[in-house]
This record gives sequence, C-alpha cells and structure tokens, in this order.
Amino acid sequence: MAGALLACAGCSLHNTQNALDASGPQSQRIEGLWWLFLPIAAVVWVIVIAVMLWGAARKRSPREGMETRGGAEVVVRDEARDRRMTRIVAGGVIVTVVILFLMLVADFRVGQALTMAPGTQAVPIKVTGHQFWWEVQYPDSVPNKTVITANEIHIPVGVPVVMELTSLDVIHSFWVPSLTGKKDLLPGYRRSLWFRADTPGVYRGQCAEYCGLEHAKMSVLVIAQKPQDFEAWRAAQLDSATTPSDSLALRGKTVFMGTTCVMCHSISGTSAAATAGPDLTHVGSRRMIAANTLPNTDANLYAWISDPQRIKPGVLMPATKLDPRDMQALVAYLRHLK
Amino acid sequence: MCSRFADRAVRAGTAVIAIAALAACPRERRTFHDSPPAASVAAESAKSVRSDSGVSREGPYGDNAYALYQGKTLFAAFNCMGCHSHGGGGMGPPLMDSAWIYGYEPANIYATIANGRPNGMPSFKNRITPQQIWELVAYVRSMSGQGSKAARTSRNDEMEVRAAESQTTTEKPVLVTPPPTVNPPAQEGHP
Repeated sequence: MAGALLACAGCSLHNTQNALDASGPQSQRIEGLWWLFLPIAAVVWVIVIAVMLWGAARKRSPREGMETRGGAEVVVRDEARDRRMTRIVAGGVIVTVVILFLMLVADFRVGQALTMAPGTQAVPIKVTGHQFWWEVQYPDSVPNKTVITANEIHIPVGVPVVMELTSLDVIHSFWVPSLTGKKDLLPGYRRSLWFRADTPGVYRGQCAEYCGLEHAKMSVLVIAQKPQDFEAWRAAQLDSATTPSDSLALRGKTVFMGTTCVMCHSISGTSAAATAGPDLTHVGSRRMIAANTLPNTDANLYAWISDPQRIKPGVLMPATKLDPRDMQALVAYLRHLK
Repeated sequence: MCSRFADRAVRAGTAVIAIAALAACPRERRTFHDSPPAASVAAESAKSVRSDSGVSREGPYGDNAYALYQGKTLFAAFNCMGCHSHGGGGMGPPLMDSAWIYGYEPANIYATIANGRPNGMPSFKNRITPQQIWELVAYVRSMSGQGSKAARTSRNDEMEVRAAESQTTTEKPVLVTPPPTVNPPAQEGHP
C-alpha cells in the first residue's frame, strides 16, 4: 500500500483527455499547431465578421443609382469606388491564400515530424480493436514471452513505442490526446503509429471512430512508467495465473471453468484459452473494468458480470445467471488474478 | 388549368400515402435483455414451436439480421468450425446441405446444441446462454438457406470457398438416419 502511494507520488496523474496537456514530442507538436492556428483563425474570424457588418451597414454611394437617359433606364456606377472595392477583394484573396499556404506548410512540417522513424530501440505493441475493447499485445521474439492484456497499455517513459494497429470487426480509432494524434484501426490492415511519453502518468484515450452502440464507453488507459517499473510490470504480466489458496477464490475458479466465462475469455495457466473476449490472466491488476467504464472493485465486477447490458447496453458479453454465492466466489477469483 | 391542378393533387396525394405506408414497415428490433431462460432445454426449445409466445416458427431470431450476424461470429468464436468447418463439415457433419440427422426445426437444433448428440457433439447448455444458442440456431439454419433471405448475412469475414448465406440456395431439408455408432477398438492392457 505504502509502496503504491510512493509510486503514485512520483507520477502526476493526467487521468483526463486533454490535447492541450501534451506530454510527449508528438503531442507537443500537435499542440503547437493548435496554438498557431487558434490566433490566426480568431483574427480572420473577427476581420471577416467586421467586413460583413461594414458591408451590410454602409450606405450606397450618392453617385450610384438608376437614371433615365433618352427614355431608357440605365444603371449609373461609381467607377472609382468599384475599382477601390476590386482592389480590396483582390488583396483579401491574396492574403487568404498566403495565410492558408503558411498553415499548410506548418501542418506539413508537423505531419513530417510525427512520421519520423522512431529508431531501433522502440517498444513494439500490437493493438487490436474489438467491439468495444482494446486487445493489447507486447510481442517478443520468444513466443512465450509475449504479454497479452486488454484496455490498459503500459509504456516506458522516454522510449518511443511503435503501435501496430488493426481491427477484427469494424473501424475503430486510437486516440490518446495527451500523447498522440488519431490513427484508425482498419479491419484487414496493419497500420503503424509511434509516439513517446516524456512524463510518467496515466493518460486516458478514447475510440475516436463511431464503432457501434458502446463506442462512447470504449476507452483505454496508457500508463507511462519509468523504464525499470515498466520492465517489472512486463515481467509480472508474463507469469501464468496462480491457483488461489483461499477456498472462496478456489471455488470461483471452478465456477469460471464450468460456466459461460470460459467460452470467451482466457486465463494463462488454466484450460481457459478462448480469445473472443479480453484476456483475464492479470485482470485483478488492472485499474478499470469494461474498457475503463468502471473502477475495478468487487462491487463493480459483481454488477458487471451479473448484467453487463445494464452498464453497457449492446456490449457483446451476455448476462450470467449464477447463484449469488457462486458469483461472490467468481469475483474473488478474478480479483485474485493480480 | 383545373385538370393540371387535379393531376398534381393526385400525384402529391400518392406520394403522401406512399410515405405514410413506409411507416408501417416493421423495423428490426434488437433487445439487450433476453427473456429469462426457461427451466429446461425442452421448455426453452419449445419456445420456437409455441404460437402464443409471439415467436415465429423460425425461432426467436430466424428473421433478425443482427442476431444472424452474431450467430456467425459465435460460430467462429466457440470453435464450431473446428468440427463443422465453415459449414462444409469435417469431423462433424456438414451444415450447408439438405441432410439433417437430428432434425432441422429450430427446436431440434436448439436441443442439439444444448444437450449435445452422440458421436462427438458436446453439450453447451451450461457454457453458452440461451440467447446465444438461439443466435447460433438461426445462423446454422441460414447456412442451408432456411429462414428469411433478407436477414441472412451477406459477407464472410474470413476466406471461404462458398458464398455468403444471403446467396445460398435454399435446400429442402430432409431427415437422414444417423450413421452407425462406431465402437472404439478395445484397448489392450485394460481389463
């Protein structure tokens, strides 16, 4: 407990989504672009509105109007004023083109910087989108050292991470505003996104492409840690699930393996090996459940397993009707899976 | 002048009636909470034959496109493919042809999935929920072209030799006798 508090004291908690609270070089560039565009757009807006009001309010020139000459009505124009107006409009078009071109150059330079290759020391992470959760894999050249988790991405600070993004159902979009811009996850494609976090902290991200009923409750936590903490986390995630020693959690394991859970979820080190739902090997160590919809507590887990459709209507997990005692055992087992 | 006005009025009236008639088109309904499962497999599978429950002869989801697509997803997720392949059969019998061993009615298929059948079909009744079984029932029937053609899935997520269910020709289901039970060879060294 004290250790956890100390660890938290070392990191500032950015558990909000804020593109203007940039914590890495990529997001700083995007934030810089915002601060460049905002004053330009504000000034242009004020000028456009002022000119429009001036145009609506100004009086017709006394030299303009309809005149009867030789029995026919002719339009008389104020030639000098027309020439002046043409010059103003032409000047406005040139200024607009110049401003837009400068913004284009700034945007291009940011885009170029964002796609600069991150070097060979980058940490590879595979992120797969599902309705409505994120599958996260840390591949390793040794297959059994691959870490598989969900909805919570741990990254080391100061080291770039390269994400390989794909989707298994519909189009999703990965967006952690404090760290990086958006990148779509497309079924059948593998796309790359790289970024770096410079400050340890917890950064919230969100699916940014409408993907179905629970799109709004498909968020992700990126936890940036000191490299040694990240390695410790990674080593802990490699362990198989341990068999619980207390009888309640042990009964929960039997419930898990004997009911509907085992058809969709996997727990490494047990016979549960399905991949339709999130991997639960270390679910007890995650901060949130249901793609960061609820904090990971006993009561929330109980409510979620009993009736996920009440919390996320349209989610693919069905309600499980279990005896309350079995349900408590199941929750105890899941919380044991640290 | 008058006849042109009458002509316009008739046209406008027809358009209004056509738009009003569209409102009568049923919109597919999707429920988030399935009805509580019946106490037994027999009672649950009877849901498809009872006429007073408002459930069609096709089972609860035979004409529901969302449920059919979910059934298709679950068919892969629960590894039905392991034995039945993509409907072509393998270790288990094919599901896209006309021949049925244990009955082709939704109630029969429900009982097959829930209780299992001899020679290898496992029982899923405590493993998947009745709603999911009904979704699988609807999908399994759609593989041989049963049920509403409009609701059948029109796309395969994986590479498959056959066309998607919406382009499948409707087979006339027939019952066939089950294959003879193969007795496992006597193991040596066992009493």
